[in-house]
Amino acid sequence: MMASTYNAKDEDGHITVAGPGGGTLRSRKPENTAFKQQRLPAWQPILTAGTVLPAFFVIGLIFIPIGIGLYVTSNNIKEFEIDYTGVDMSSPCFNCSQNFSWNSTRPCTCSIPFYLDQPYESNVFMYYGLSNFYQNHRRYVKSRDDSQLNGDSEALTKPSKECEPYAFHDNKPIAPCGAIANSMFNDSLELFYNDPNGTKVQIHLMKTGIAWWTDKHVKFRNPGGNNPNLTVAFQGTTKPVNWRKPVYELDSDQENDGFINEDFIVWMRTAALPTFRKLYRIIQKKKDMVLTLPRGNYTLEVVYNYPVRSFEGRKRMILSTISWMGGKNPFLGIAYITVGSVCFFLGVVLLIIHHKYGNRNNSADISN
Amino acid sequence: MMWRSPLARVRDALRGQKVREKDLRNLVSNLPYEGLDKWKQPNRYFPGNSIKTSKYTLLLFIPMNLFEQFHRLANLYFVGLAILNFVPVVNAFQPEVALIPICVILCLTAMKDAWEDFRRYQSDKRLNSMPCLIYSRKVKQFVERYWKDVRVGDFVKVVCNEIVPADLLLLHTSDPNGVCHIETANLDGETNLKQRRVVPGDPEFEAESFNSIVVCEKPNINLNHFKCYVEKPDKDKVGAGIENLLLRGCTVRNTDHAVGFVVYAGHETKAMLNNNGPRYKRSKQERRLNIDVMFCVILLLTMCLVGALGHYLWLQTLPGLPPYLVPHSNGHLDSPSLSSFYMFFTMIILLQVLIPISLYVSIELVKIAQIFFITNDIDLYDEETDSQIQCRALNITEDLGQIEYIFTDKTGTLTENKMVFRRCSIMGTEYPHKENGKTSHWTLKLASWSQSPLQMAELFVSVMSTSILAQSCPCVCGRTYGHAGHRLAQITDVTPDKKLLQQISGAESTSVSRKIDAYLDFFLALAICNTVVVSMATAQRQRVSAEFSVDVDERWRWRRSKRAKMDGGFRNRTISVDSSIEEDHFNPPVKLEGSGGNTGAQTCSLHVPRSSSEPAVTPDMVCYEAESPDEAALVYAAKAYGFILLGRTPDSVTVRLPSGEDLRFEVLDTLTFDSNRKRMSVLVRHPISKEYVLYTKGADYAIMELLGTPYAGMFSIRTDTQQHLDYYAKEGLRTLCIAKKVLSGREYESWSADRHRALAAIENREQLIMDTAVQIETNLTLLGATGIEDRLQENVPDTITALREAGIQVWVLTGDKPETAVNIGYACRLLEEEDLVINMSCKNKLTCTSILDCTLEEVRRYVADPRNVDTTPDISLVIDGRTLAMTLSSDLQERFVELAKHCRSVLCCRVTPLQKSAVVKIIREKLKVMTLAVGDGANDVNMIQAADVGIGISGQEGMQAVMMSDFAISRFKHLKKLLLVHGHWCNSRLANMIIYFFYKNTANVNLLFWYQFFCGFTATAMIDYWLMIFFNLFFTSAPPIMFGILDKDISAEMLLGVPELYRTGQGSGEYRFSTFWVSMLDAFYQSLVCFFIPYLAYRGSDMDIFSFGTPVNTISLFTILLHLSIEIKAWTVVHWVIMLGSVALYFIVTLAYSAICVTCNAYWTLQSQMVDPMFYLVCIITTVVALLPRYHHESCIHRYGNALENTNKLRPVKRSGLSVPPSPTLGTSVEAYPPSPTASEITGDEFTLNVISENYNRPVHT
Repeated sequence: MMASTYNAKDEDGHITVAGPGGGTLRSRKPENTAFKQQRLPAWQPILTAGTVLPAFFVIGLIFIPIGIGLYVTSNNIKEFEIDYTGVDMSSPCFNCSQNFSWNSTRPCTCSIPFYLDQPYESNVFMYYGLSNFYQNHRRYVKSRDDSQLNGDSEALTKPSKECEPYAFHDNKPIAPCGAIANSMFNDSLELFYNDPNGTKVQIHLMKTGIAWWTDKHVKFRNPGGNNPNLTVAFQGTTKPVNWRKPVYELDSDQENDGFINEDFIVWMRTAALPTFRKLYRIIQKKKDMVLTLPRGNYTLEVVYNYPVRSFEGRKRMILSTISWMGGKNPFLGIAYITVGSVCFFLGVVLLIIHHKYGNRNNSADISN
Repeated sequence: MMWRSPLARVRDALRGQKVREKDLRNLVSNLPYEGLDKWKQPNRYFPGNSIKTSKYTLLLFIPMNLFEQFHRLANLYFVGLAILNFVPVVNAFQPEVALIPICVILCLTAMKDAWEDFRRYQSDKRLNSMPCLIYSRKVKQFVERYWKDVRVGDFVKVVCNEIVPADLLLLHTSDPNGVCHIETANLDGETNLKQRRVVPGDPEFEAESFNSIVVCEKPNINLNHFKCYVEKPDKDKVGAGIENLLLRGCTVRNTDHAVGFVVYAGHETKAMLNNNGPRYKRSKQERRLNIDVMFCVILLLTMCLVGALGHYLWLQTLPGLPPYLVPHSNGHLDSPSLSSFYMFFTMIILLQVLIPISLYVSIELVKIAQIFFITNDIDLYDEETDSQIQCRALNITEDLGQIEYIFTDKTGTLTENKMVFRRCSIMGTEYPHKENGKTSHWTLKLASWSQSPLQMAELFVSVMSTSILAQSCPCVCGRTYGHAGHRLAQITDVTPDKKLLQQISGAESTSVSRKIDAYLDFFLALAICNTVVVSMATAQRQRVSAEFSVDVDERWRWRRSKRAKMDGGFRNRTISVDSSIEEDHFNPPVKLEGSGGNTGAQTCSLHVPRSSSEPAVTPDMVCYEAESPDEAALVYAAKAYGFILLGRTPDSVTVRLPSGEDLRFEVLDTLTFDSNRKRMSVLVRHPISKEYVLYTKGADYAIMELLGTPYAGMFSIRTDTQQHLDYYAKEGLRTLCIAKKVLSGREYESWSADRHRALAAIENREQLIMDTAVQIETNLTLLGATGIEDRLQENVPDTITALREAGIQVWVLTGDKPETAVNIGYACRLLEEEDLVINMSCKNKLTCTSILDCTLEEVRRYVADPRNVDTTPDISLVIDGRTLAMTLSSDLQERFVELAKHCRSVLCCRVTPLQKSAVVKIIREKLKVMTLAVGDGANDVNMIQAADVGIGISGQEGMQAVMMSDFAISRFKHLKKLLLVHGHWCNSRLANMIIYFFYKNTANVNLLFWYQFFCGFTATAMIDYWLMIFFNLFFTSAPPIMFGILDKDISAEMLLGVPELYRTGQGSGEYRFSTFWVSMLDAFYQSLVCFFIPYLAYRGSDMDIFSFGTPVNTISLFTILLHLSIEIKAWTVVHWVIMLGSVALYFIVTLAYSAICVTCNAYWTLQSQMVDPMFYLVCIITTVVALLPRYHHESCIHRYGNALENTNKLRPVKRSGLSVPPSPTLGTSVEAYPPSPTASEITGDEFTLNVISENYNRPVHT
């Protein structure tokens, strides 16, 4: 009763304030807007059995087919891997691997025969793989000068400090500078098909198209603009310490020489993990042939230059076809199938629980 | 401007320093030196009146602000890290880049500081350019200048309702008695008028002929102390004190104008010296947050140690010198141990984000937004006073959600503090005033007044709030002068009791019987025996409307009189028909026709003697300014019966009798109220009978002791009155006794001599004055008693019930009597009828101890008794101040706290302000609970400061409580929404945000940590550093902030409807260590998933490092944001915009960045990933796997939570309290209940433990 009289009073007071002359007053009354009063219309997702269970089933139903698809695709990819490090005495490259250092001038070659038990259709990608090579070492990753690689003439003669200690050699700037370039993979691999009739056919390996288009055309550029003469462009610089030949002699093809040499570009994209593969060559499917690589005996001829014993590394050569999901990796398919099954299973379990014990809650939900 | 040598300037500066530091200052008038160069001015060493409260200047902002910011430990930590980055052997990233996060943080904080400082600057500027009047010798009159132009030694004139620009020594006023009234509400919050006097001496003041030297002390902070003397040229010294000083910030009232000599200006004024910055309180959550930060530091160090050890082992296992090991520039490699030592620090830099750098800034932003929402809540707005809630402490919003104990004042907090005269007892007869208390028509009157005072209030707000509050508190949001409106609210009128009216008219007509005469005396006492000042403030605040219809003759007369009064400076001012308010300040009392039309003419004047025939005086419009609302209520009551107090000067009181006759009593002395005597008296000389009469009013027991027994029959009057008093008290009324004493001329003479001696005494003056007061206040004749009602504020019972259901214990600490307090306790449902009420009252410590032990034993037994499990009535404790003092002593403390813990509510009566704060402190420290104190008066300030959260109610008793509070509300009922809704929201929002922040940073940083296992622990980041910075600064910073500002876990209606929900925030609340660790574990799990699924998916492929980082980063973003979406309980438009905006921002910025920056690591990585279907497949599965547990857990919790809420809803909540509170009504006898404790039982030594129920309803009339 008391309260009601006060309310009436309040209202009276309000009217009088807003009355004569009150219009000119700026009231401190807060604005009655939805935002300021925190009354914005809101969607309140309430996770109940009704909303949770379908989610589990939907995840299960979507993931399992995706997983199966991925698994099948991955299984259809043909992959062949051969380790040519030469650790074993029996390995043809054993000798080369034993007496080798960065500075040796005499090339050591070895040839490894192998047998492909299934034919490879479509384009075949040829990778070289390195194990235990920490391209992701912090100081290693940073040891490059992107400006120099981008063709900046100033950076060519004055490499960034990041390149230290591979920035100068004999008081000449190193091009390309840095540890990454210095440790570039320099084995040459060649592939021969041993025809059953006894001839050894060299398989044509494409050395372009292996780097990203943007890398080749934007990120990496030779100094001196369009100067065709790279020797002049790189004048005053010296080759990296471990290299046998300067950067402008990496390839005879001018479009693949200098910084825009694709092998070089590929190497400069440092790998994420210590065991990695890098695209080396592409074996293009010939128009007239059905198979790119028929079943049969092959020989891998290696000019063994790259030392891996200092880090107990392994060198591999990988031949692989490629699908829309890249190389062979069954993991993702299995993961999808597993997660989908778990979700489905959980859904079923929850459904059972819900049906057995959830009736009480159901009534509460309805009252809600 | 003459040239002066630099040497002279330096000498001058040094001398200035010395002069300022001296204990005594010699000030002379500036007038003889007017127009001279500055260095010739005698007062040049003292600062001018312009103030500067802004901390920074435009030029020095950056260095000064940086210096300020580096006082924060967190900032130092991050700067330290940034510097560490510059150490070559350690650096993980480009050192310059590492500076970005800290720079952004510093910039944000600097921008906030700059904004605050700019507001301070603006308010300074506004204040400095306020107009004032300074005397100029050239113009020979006062000229209008600005506040900033005022200098020490100037003569400044202030007119009525104007604010004093500097500390002025009062030299002249328009008042013939040399009195100037000021209102000091801006300084100490007291709204009553204070008198200041002119410095004795020269009655005829002329500014130009002022040739004395003013010697005053060095400026100090004490508002109530000032020492000074004026030395005339003839070496005659006149002393002056605080009663002669007009303080800056005060408002001149009831005085046309006053002239003062500036003694302190600008920052040396007492007001400015007292103006401290805002309070900094640390919230409970903040303290706990720091512990979690420490955990994070430990975690970080552990991870770094793991990294360093791992690096060492990795280096050890290397067989040779691999080509990827990069030596230093000098070509040599560090030893494994050294390089792993360096690696430790590199790891710190890499993983530094684990300590959430942006958390502190985010918390501040969130709190500002929370305060914005609190202040903008329309439910916390009070129409009547037009006041919002003010948040004065900016960083304890979340504490509002954790309150466990509320300590509240009674008067003005639970009650309106609008004193309404309800009942009186005269000569043993009770007049119940039944008509009273019904809907009164005061609102009608308000209609005509409301506009102008409100405008006035508005003016005050703009002026004073900016000066005193805004600069100290960056977010003063409410109004600071809310009580300006309240003054109106005091105007309550009393509907006279018919029977009593008849008695009076009878007394008037006959005036023979001595007994009848007592009625007149009673009302005369009500009208005279007080310190109420009759105000004309309303008249002056009245806007002059266009319908200015005063007849010409009157107007002319008035103008002439005005001219006579005014100084020459205003000669050319005339009142125009539509004069502005500003001009109104200069209006002397004038008969005006208000715009309200029918309200009639109104005039208030003190000093113009007028005959009763003059129709100008309309008593309706007399406005009273009282020190206490009780006094005002009594004066209004007297007015209702026709005894109208018309005016008061220091030595006279004019009262109009019901017959229309004006009596002018000569006031011989006023014995002011003090808390020892608990009474006040006024000694007057009756104008007709020429008798010396002493009117006394005071607390009943104080008066009853002093009654004489002049004639028979007095005894019955006394017992009857006592009975009425007891009844009043039980009804919750505030009681006062009125008595009188007639003195003979001789008695007066001798007493007067004593009094003069006492006043003249130098030593022990206070004591002597009091002795004389006690000496005369004897043998009083009881006239009667009054009962004044202090009504409960609206919705108080409802609020208290809700707070109680919310698990909050409510304590009432009041200065009132136990009876009154208990009654109010019942009325506001603090005590329930079935409660077990324990009364504790004892006189000595021994009994106190035993009582305490007994009670405790009893209570324990009661609680432990299994039979009482279901039916336990709640236990309440009523304790009085004296007992409280004993129980709070160190040896009994523990037991008292133990007892209090078992009580649902505690009422402490007759407690002093100091005890109030002691209670709060003890409970807070002993029980380790969150406390909240709410009060409205100066006596609550201690308590408000002692509690974790102090809330001030801007009510009738000024602003002191508000000034000291953390939050200021205008009504007690606002507490409900403030705590239950805003408190809960702020608390849960902030807690969830903080936990989310830790989670987010851990989840994100751990990705880098797991990568260390695959890069030889070399602190490589697979994500471009810029993107990492952006990730924390832009992509994932807005959602949690929005989450902290806007999320609503439970709707406001639900929170208000089911107060039990508040309990979730109490104690450790939402922010528990378990929650923290669970979310940390979740972060670890999610980071493991987010790293290892991409790792397994891309293992052995030709993925490069930054291409690998891109899906990991994207997954991390999705996981973090979706994790938040699971946490968000209510999605509004803002949520959608910010969440989707963050994702869009990530893609746009990353795509743009990796397209534009050719030489960056991340060049074209996202683009190349986005054309790869694997990217999407990896993203989807990883996010799903990462969030599956949280989703599942959350859905379970939700189902469980829903069930909980349902049970809450279904459970019959004990909330019967919304019905009519047990109101004591006469004549209903409920004898069935056990007898109630009488007053003697409560105050006596006995200890009662009994169930009090409606037994207060028992009849009083026997």
